[in-house]
Amino acid sequence: MRLGQHSYSTILSIQGPLLFLDRVIEARMSEVVRIIFPDGHEAEGEVLKIEGDVVLVQVIGESRGLDADHTRVTFTDAIKQAPLSLSTLNRVFDGSFRPIDGRPMFIPDGWAPVSGLPLNPVARLRPQDLIETGVSAIDGLNTLVKGQKLPIFSCAGLPSREIAAGILEHARAGITDSSGPGSVVVFVAVGLTYHEHAFYRQVLERMRGDSVAFINLASDPVVERLLAPRFGLTVAEYLAFEHGRDVLVLVTDMTNYCDALREVSAAREELPGRRGYPGYMYSDLASLYERAGRIKGAPGSVTLLPIVTMPEDDITHPIPDLTGYITEGQIVLSRELHQRGIFPPVDVLPSLSRLMQRGIGAGRTREDHRAIANALYMNYATGRDLRRLEAIVGREGMSDADRKMLDFADGFEHEIVHQGTVRRSIGETLDASRGLLERFGLLTS
Amino acid sequence: MNGHIINGRITGISGPTVSVELPGLKLYERVTVGRACMMGEVVRVEKSRAIVQIYESTRGLSIGEPAVATGTQLTVRLGPGLLGQMFDGLQRPLESLYTEHGPFIQAGRESSRSWNARPLHFIPAKKPGDSVRIGEAVGYVEEGTIQHHVLADQAGVIAGIREGELDAQSPVASLSDGRPILAFHDWPVRLPRPYRRKLTHFEPLVTGQRSVDFLFPLARGGSAIFPGGFGTGKTILEQTIAKFAQADIVVYVGCGERGNEMAEMLDDFTHLEDPWTKRPLMSRTIVAVNTSNMPVAAREASIYTAVTMAEYYRDLGYNVLLLADSLSRWAEALREISSALEEMPGEEGYPTYLSSRIASFFARAGTVETLDGRTGSLTMILSISPPGGDFTEPVTQACLRTTGSFFMLDTDLAHRRHFPAINWFQSFSLYERDVSAHFEERVSKEWSALRQQTRTLLQREASLREVVEIVGTEGLQDADRLLMKTTEEIRRNFLMQSAYTDDAFSSPQQTLERIRRILTRHAAASGRLEKGELLDTILKESA
Repeated sequence: MRLGQHSYSTILSIQGPLLFLDRVIEARMSEVVRIIFPDGHEAEGEVLKIEGDVVLVQVIGESRGLDADHTRVTFTDAIKQAPLSLSTLNRVFDGSFRPIDGRPMFIPDGWAPVSGLPLNPVARLRPQDLIETGVSAIDGLNTLVKGQKLPIFSCAGLPSREIAAGILEHARAGITDSSGPGSVVVFVAVGLTYHEHAFYRQVLERMRGDSVAFINLASDPVVERLLAPRFGLTVAEYLAFEHGRDVLVLVTDMTNYCDALREVSAAREELPGRRGYPGYMYSDLASLYERAGRIKGAPGSVTLLPIVTMPEDDITHPIPDLTGYITEGQIVLSRELHQRGIFPPVDVLPSLSRLMQRGIGAGRTREDHRAIANALYMNYATGRDLRRLEAIVGREGMSDADRKMLDFADGFEHEIVHQGTVRRSIGETLDASRGLLERFGLLTS
Repeated sequence: MNGHIINGRITGISGPTVSVELPGLKLYERVTVGRACMMGEVVRVEKSRAIVQIYESTRGLSIGEPAVATGTQLTVRLGPGLLGQMFDGLQRPLESLYTEHGPFIQAGRESSRSWNARPLHFIPAKKPGDSVRIGEAVGYVEEGTIQHHVLADQAGVIAGIREGELDAQSPVASLSDGRPILAFHDWPVRLPRPYRRKLTHFEPLVTGQRSVDFLFPLARGGSAIFPGGFGTGKTILEQTIAKFAQADIVVYVGCGERGNEMAEMLDDFTHLEDPWTKRPLMSRTIVAVNTSNMPVAAREASIYTAVTMAEYYRDLGYNVLLLADSLSRWAEALREISSALEEMPGEEGYPTYLSSRIASFFARAGTVETLDGRTGSLTMILSISPPGGDFTEPVTQACLRTTGSFFMLDTDLAHRRHFPAINWFQSFSLYERDVSAHFEERVSKEWSALRQQTRTLLQREASLREVVEIVGTEGLQDADRLLMKTTEEIRRNFLMQSAYTDDAFSSPQQTLERIRRILTRHAAASGRLEKGELLDTILKESA
C-alpha cells in the first residue's frame, strides 16, 4: 500500500504525448500524474499501461519542452475526477476543466470519475417523452425523445451547426415550458475552429437559460479532445440525476474526437484497425454515447446530440459507422438537398430514430402520426426510385401514376423537409404532411 | 475446488488484462485481483507469471495489489429460479445489484443475495425407500411456464426427502448412504454440457415471422445468423422472434449493445404474453445483458454464460432458443483482449482463433438425447453487425461456414422501411427440405409448392425490374405488368410485417392463408388475361 505521492525523474523515452518511466513503485492504472517541465511549468498526465516498474504516461496538454533528464513526474495516487457543483452553470471551461471565462474556479461540492460508471440496464427508464425540435423532418419522421442519443451525420460544408443550434433553441424552449426545474445545455466543442466556436457562443448567449461549455479549439492539446466530452457528460449526469434537470448535450465534432483517439493510439504503437482507428473505438465511443439516458425514479434526463462530419461524405466510414451502431438512430444530411437549396437538408430515407415508436401516437403526439410518417416514407422512397428512371426515359416516357409519385417526392422535399428557419410545432408538421398526402390521394385511412 | 488458496500480486496492467505473479495457475482458472476483489480469468500462463482478463474496469487498480487463485473455472449456477431473471455477463443478478448498490454498476461489487431470491417450492415425486437412477427426477418446482424437475445426479435409495422452500445449501433429498441430492450446481461456462447423443432429425421452429417461416424456415436445434448494417432492424427482429417463437425457454443475450434498447425490451417483456401459452413472456425468458459500455472482458464471457444456462434447460428436456445480439461485439471483445495480449493478429486485427471459437460455439446448438434419455433442443439465432454493412468481413464469413441459415438484412430494404429487411435472394436455410415435410403435414400440402411459386415470381420480378429501369412499366407486356402488381402485393402484404401491430405474429396457418390468397388472385387474373381481357379492366375490378 502506498501512502501519499511519489516523484520520479526516471524517464526512459518521450514519444509525442507519451512518456515512459522506469523504476516506479506501485503505480495505479489511470492514476493522475503531475509533470513538472524543466522550465518549471506543470502539466497533468494519466497512467495508460504498467509493465512491472515501467509505466506509460499520457501527457494531457502540450508535451513540447519535455526532456529526459530534468523533467519530474509526481504520482498523485488519485484517479481523474471531475469537480461537480451547481456553480458549473453558465461557465466556460477548457478541455482540462479550467475556467476560461475570466472568472475564478468554483469550489466543488463533490467529485466523480470522468469515465463514468455503466448504468445498470434494469435501472434505466424507457425513454419515451417527446422532445419537440421544431424541425419537421425530425419531429414528423425521426422523432427525438428524452434520454436518446441521436447524432447528426453531416458532410463538410453542410449547415450542421445551424441545424444543431436550431434544435437546441427549440428543444430547450419545449422542455422549459413544461413543469420542472428546466433544461440545461451542455456544449462540448472538440477541436473546433475559432470561427465555428464563435458561432455557437453567440447561440448560447442568445438562448436564455442555463448552459455549461467545455471548449477545446483546434489549436488546443489533442489529448484534451478525449477529456472534454467526458467532463461534459460527467457534469450532465450530475445535473440530470442529482438535480433533476433535463440536459441536452451537444458534442461537436465527434470526427475530431476519433482522430484524436487514433493519434494517441498510434503513438502507443497499438495495432491499428480499419483506417488506422484503434480496434477498441467501438467500446470507447460507447463509453461516451451510452451515458445518455434516464433513471427510474429520477426526474432528469441526459439527451445526447453528437455531430459527426462524415469524411468523404461516406456513411460507411468507421466513425459514422460505429456511431450508428451505438446510437439510437441518426439524422443524415444530404449534400444534394443542400445544393438544391433545401434547409434543413435532411435525407429522411437513411435517417432513423429507434425510440420513435413509443414517443408518438395517441396521447403523445397525435393518433395519426404513425400512419402519416409511414405513408410519407413509403411514397417518398418510391418517388426517389423513379427519379432514376426519369433520368433514363424522361418524364414523358413515364406513366401518369409514376409522374404523380415524382411530383409527390418533389412536394415532400419542398413543403415538408424545406422549412427555412421557421420553426414548426408538431401539430403544424403533421397538418402539413397530411395536407400533402391528401392532395396526392395517398392517405388511405 | 482444490481447497488451498494461494496469494500472489499484480505485476502489470494493460487495458482489460493484468499480469500476476502467482505460481500454479491453470488456463481458464478464475482469479480475483485487487483489493476490490475483481473477478478475472487466466488467459495465458508463462513460467513466472500469468495473464488474467478482468471482468471489470481496471481503472484505479495498482501494481502490488493481491491476486488470489480460486481453483475453479468461471462457472454459472444452475438450478430452479433462473427464469424471469436478468443477469449481467457473469450471471450477477441485475435487479439485486440495482436495489443494493443503486443505478450505476461499480467495479468489484458482488451482489450479496443469490439470484434465486424468490421463494421456490419443492414438491417431491419420490418418497423415502424409493430408488432413483441417475438423471431421474426426484421432484419438481413450479417455475414460470414449466415444471422444473430436480434430477438426481447419482443413483441410490432415498432415505429422506422433504417438501418446502428450496435454498442453495441444503439438499432436497438424501440417499441411504448419506450422499445428498442438491437442487443447484455450478458448471464451467466454457465446457459444453454432456449429452448422450446428438439427433439429426429436424422439427421446425416457428418464429411467427412470415419471411422466415415460409421462405427460410428455421429448425429446432439449428442455428441462424442475420448480419445487417446499422438501422436494418437486427435488434427488432431478434426481439420479435424472442417474443413469438415457439420455444419453451428463451435465453436472450444483449452482448455489447444499447442500454436503452434493453430497457425497452425488459419493459415490453414484462407486459406481453407468450402467444403459445398465454403466460407472461418474462416467465419463459432469461436475459443476460452486457451493454456496450460495460467491461469488455465480461462481454466476451456473456455468450458462454448464456449458452450454458440454455444447455441446462435443454438437458431438462425443453426446446430452448438462444438469441444473441450481437456476435460482432463479442468478436470485438475477443480482438481487444487479443491485442492487449500482443498476439499475432489475423484478418482485420481479429485473432487467428476467431473462426475456430465461432465454430465451437455453434457446435453447442443441436437437438440431443440427454443423459437420462429425454429429448431437448438448443437453437441459436445470432445477429452480426458487419462494419460498413460489408459482408466480406471476418465475423460474417466465419459464421457463414458453420451456420444453418442465413438471413441477409438489406440496407436498401430498410431505407424504404421494408421490415423485416430480409433479402429474399441472398438469404438461405439449409433446413428447408427437412422442415418442409412438417409444414406440409401439419399446415397444408401446398406449402412447398406455394413457396416455390412465390420464389419464382420474386425472381422474375427482379429481372423485369432491370427492364423497367430502362423502358418504364408502360413498356411491359400485360402479363409482366400483372406479375409486377402481384409481387408488389407479396412484398407489401406478405413479406413486410410490422413489429408494432397485431401482425407482429403470424401463425403458419395465417401465413399460408395470406400467400394463398395473393397467389390465387394472381392465377385468376392470369387466366383472364390469357382469354384476352385487358389488364386495366381486371385490375380495376379487383381494386
